[in-house]
Amino acid sequence: MSATPAMLVAGNPAAHAARLRYVLRLGDTSLVLGQRLSEWIGHSPALEEDLGLANLALDLIGQARLLLSYAGELEGKGRDEDALAFLRDAPEFANLALAEQPNGDFGHTIVRQWLIDSWQLQIYEGLQGSSDARLAAIAAKAVKETRYHYRFSSGWLTRLGDGTPESQRRVQRSLEDLWRFTFELFAPDEVDEQVSELGIAPSLSQQALRWSALIDADLAAATLKRPAALPYPWHGKRGVHTEHLGHLLSQLQHLPRTYPGAHW
Amino acid sequence: MSDWPLFEVFIRSRSGLEHKHVGSLHAADARMAIEHARDVYTRRQEGVSIWVMRSADIVASDPEEADALFEPARDKVYRHPTFYAIPDEVKNL
Repeated sequence: MSATPAMLVAGNPAAHAARLRYVLRLGDTSLVLGQRLSEWIGHSPALEEDLGLANLALDLIGQARLLLSYAGELEGKGRDEDALAFLRDAPEFANLALAEQPNGDFGHTIVRQWLIDSWQLQIYEGLQGSSDARLAAIAAKAVKETRYHYRFSSGWLTRLGDGTPESQRRVQRSLEDLWRFTFELFAPDEVDEQVSELGIAPSLSQQALRWSALIDADLAAATLKRPAALPYPWHGKRGVHTEHLGHLLSQLQHLPRTYPGAHW
Repeated sequence: MSDWPLFEVFIRSRSGLEHKHVGSLHAADARMAIEHARDVYTRRQEGVSIWVMRSADIVASDPEEADALFEPARDKVYRHPTFYAIPDEVKNL
């Protein structure tokens, strides 16, 4: 009998740690982006957009709950989704630095959303075939949500990019600002390589090509220019964050930290 | 947004039923109107299909013409299907 991925992980502490780290990266990215989108509630340009952004936020926080619960089980130290979300400090978060960037104006939020939606689309589509049954099931649910998120954000990108000179200028500037944070999306490190070898996650280099083609097609439709490649030392997934994450967490974590064990 | 046109929204609650008018909303274009309708009118699983159309594209009858249009039907009760005996075996009519 050949070794299954589960057996490979079971006897291999490094593989187990890589899987835990990988699940945390996905969960934290969804959690942080969901929190960012929640900041729009009551401030969106229209009632319908308020509902729309809140819906995206709810989907993302739902994904975060599933992923962080799983991470807590993999870790085996008795931490549940709440302990992981509310009682870790910024350097322990493994989200993409792109997700923690401030909302800016509506167009800035759309550019950030579209970049992450198109990334999540590749990741979740690939993860549906994961050797890790739990991740495959989470991805099967999340990919449907993500397809809608991507429809929403790419539609707005076209509308704003191919809109007025003012809207085009502003989203192009947001794209230039945020592009530096896209480097880590598909730049594999030892965790990505290990989960890929174990069949837990698809290879990032394959997905990078598909993502790039999607991005180019959307930018063309939106009459926007792809910024030059710009490697940048932010590696949120390795815990190297911008100053913005700490401020976001102080708001996210304030209540459970001030009133431990509080419930409705 | 006040400069977005108004759309009428029709939802089909499940397969086999007809689309029903559920309300209206503002959107910049038809694609956005579908997304808004999805978020506003189907968030509690109210539907499996959405139609939207520009409210301005609806041609409506004039209330002033109501007498001319609808009064002539009033004394033609023989058009109502109320003169048939319904067999007891028919439960759902």
